[in-house]
Amino acid sequence: MMSEKKRVDQPTGTETVGHEWDGIEELDTPMPRWWVWTFYATIIWAIGYVIVYPAIPLLNSATEGVFGWSSRGEYDTQVAAREKELEPIRQALVSTDIRKLNGSPELLQQAIEGGRSAFKVHCVQCHGAGAAGSKGYPNLNDDDWLWGGDLETIEYTITHGIRNPDHEKTRFSQMPAFGRDGILQPNQIQDLVSYVRLLSGREKQSAAARRGAALFEANCAVCHGSDAKGSRTLGAPNLTDAISLYGLDRATLTDTITNARYGVMPRWGQRLDPATIRMLAAYVHSLGGGETLPALEDVKDDTLEQVGTPASNNGVGDEQS
Amino acid sequence: MVSAMNSPEKFPDTQGHLYEKRKAVHPQRIDGKFRRLKWVIMALTLAVYYITPWIRWDRGPYAPDQAVLVDLAHRRFYMFGIEIWPHEFYYVAGLLVMAGIGLFLVTSAVGRAWCGYTCPQTVWTDVFQHVDRFVDGDRNARMRLDKAPWTVQKTARRLFKWSIYLVIAFWTGGAWIMYFADAPTLVVDFWTGQAAPVAYASVAILTATTFIFGGFMREQVCIYMCPWPRIQTAMMDENSLTVTYKDWRGEPRGSLKKAEAHPGSFGDCVDCNQCVAVCPTGIDIREGPQIGCITCALCIDACDRVMAQVGRPRGLIDYATLEDSELEKAGKPHSPIRKALFRPRTILYTSIWGAIGLAMLFALGNRTRIDISANHDRNPVYVQLADGHVRNSYTVNLRNMENRPRKMIIGMTTLKGGVMWSNAGSREGAGQSLTTDVPADSVARLRVYVAAPGTGPEREDFALTVTAADDPEAKDIDEVFFERPETGE
Repeated sequence: MMSEKKRVDQPTGTETVGHEWDGIEELDTPMPRWWVWTFYATIIWAIGYVIVYPAIPLLNSATEGVFGWSSRGEYDTQVAAREKELEPIRQALVSTDIRKLNGSPELLQQAIEGGRSAFKVHCVQCHGAGAAGSKGYPNLNDDDWLWGGDLETIEYTITHGIRNPDHEKTRFSQMPAFGRDGILQPNQIQDLVSYVRLLSGREKQSAAARRGAALFEANCAVCHGSDAKGSRTLGAPNLTDAISLYGLDRATLTDTITNARYGVMPRWGQRLDPATIRMLAAYVHSLGGGETLPALEDVKDDTLEQVGTPASNNGVGDEQS
Repeated sequence: MVSAMNSPEKFPDTQGHLYEKRKAVHPQRIDGKFRRLKWVIMALTLAVYYITPWIRWDRGPYAPDQAVLVDLAHRRFYMFGIEIWPHEFYYVAGLLVMAGIGLFLVTSAVGRAWCGYTCPQTVWTDVFQHVDRFVDGDRNARMRLDKAPWTVQKTARRLFKWSIYLVIAFWTGGAWIMYFADAPTLVVDFWTGQAAPVAYASVAILTATTFIFGGFMREQVCIYMCPWPRIQTAMMDENSLTVTYKDWRGEPRGSLKKAEAHPGSFGDCVDCNQCVAVCPTGIDIREGPQIGCITCALCIDACDRVMAQVGRPRGLIDYATLEDSELEKAGKPHSPIRKALFRPRTILYTSIWGAIGLAMLFALGNRTRIDISANHDRNPVYVQLADGHVRNSYTVNLRNMENRPRKMIIGMTTLKGGVMWSNAGSREGAGQSLTTDVPADSVARLRVYVAAPGTGPEREDFALTVTAADDPEAKDIDEVFFERPETGE
């Protein structure tokens, strides 16, 4: 029995706990009284905590606590508070002419940051986290644009989407399926492939390419242009540069000409509010390939006349369905 | 070293009790050289604590003019001529290491001098004990009042004393927050209700802790809460100074009368209990070294005074090392004091302490006030441009640690055919360098684009540099790389 070894230590007058290890004994020094009060205080605190906060697990949920606090509610409150903080920025953004956004660097930066977040929610699924796209999904970082790369044009594209047949203002273009529909024979398509690859320097001049040139002039130049530099009005890609949406290897190109492509982007004007779309436009524009607005001088003259007109978001606002 | 002369019946019966009530300590007033030293150190430490935030230091229009300021909101730490940025926090870590080694050094040389003289718990307890003395009188009066029933008078007296406690505690907490914001502004904001909630919370918490720890817990903090007394036990050795009751000289103790009646059979200790009466932690030093002793040396003052009165040599209780005690016991002369102070251990601590300090001073003197940090964008790693060139993007942070706005030039080392531009410019205006303004005492972040011909190695090393437009010597460089797509389709 341990208690048998208990004894009173002479120098300190304190009883030992009764253990002994190689002659080393432990004094049973009493705890200070305040310590036990502190301990009781924590118990009282815990009881209060259990009453006011969710604590006791029941079958389907836990007790709710009289404060009605929940982590989900806390999250909602914080999000709502943040939304409220951002509201002035969203207001300012919508009421500013997008063509003049460059003139207010702070607002532009706020729009870019807002767009960065919105992009991660709505756009990364197709365009990728870094907006670098993939086969069939445009890389938004580069300097090649199918429909145009200035702020206003990007906003239009995001708002109305690509190839939404039920929407009048959508970006729409359709290349014929030259092979599938029997417009061109397979050997003609191969000649055309040689010519298109020649255009961007991927192949050398050849008899096939020369035959392809004639076919191009007859079938393709109407949209892609005689110089094959494409048309932004029609959304026809430039075939002479280093960038292609689907790839310029022979197999891919054969497939493209034979079956055509039909890439679709939703019209975000249906799903997102104008401020978020403007933020997305600013973000995409900021990725490195953004173009300056055409005829900026005209815009400036315009605005001078409009001084004093409240909410002068003419044009841009109309386009948002 | 536990002396065997103690008898257990002196202790309260603790057997069978799990908890022990705090025994009230009512130290008696004493004067002497160590008490005077304590006064000086108390005045000094309190002055440093209360005055420091009010010292002004001109840093120009772009920085605060408070000499010592921990600006948490803007992530800056100002200490007179030194400004520390968050990335330089290792200076603060270095200071903490120095403080730690400093404590080791002090402990190994002079024992628990920190505890006895400079520890805030000791200083504030001392202040509160003087308040006790001021309101309730000296030791005996206080003991009487403690035992007295709770009359109106006693209650009034207690309330008066506790309000003084509270005022001191409030001043303590109030002074603390002055280190974290511009002191004159903060005082006005504090009293007009405009200060940050954290300021009020800090004052409230520190007022409460000071009130409780200084007014009521006192030596309990040292004995039960503080880890330092335990650590010091490991730091001290036979050459560390400690307050020692020279039992070989004092024992057996007996009153003057007894000593006169039986000459030669009693030691120097007249058992007057003055050493116990003056002790701020309520211990009996004659029981030997113990955890409750903070080596404040007030018992030395008390004993010296009594020895002088009875005409015996001073120093029955005195600072002594264990080694000296053994020598003295054997009747040999003390080893010289320098032997206790200058020994391998203290010299080693001093050298480490000094080396860290010198290294930090050297680093401080040599640190750049301009800094570039460039991060290569990873998603996408590169971007194919329409004309066949390849573009890489870098997030560049330019750090201007001077308290004035600066124009900075970002440049690049050789990258064949490479040009750069920033998000503020365009590729049309791209060149080998670009200029940007960086506001005073801040970091400018910009995206830098570098384009180079698409043919070349998949990965090419180069560097981005920054130079101050007004000083070609102020520059920094950061190694980066340029990536290209794999060649061939």
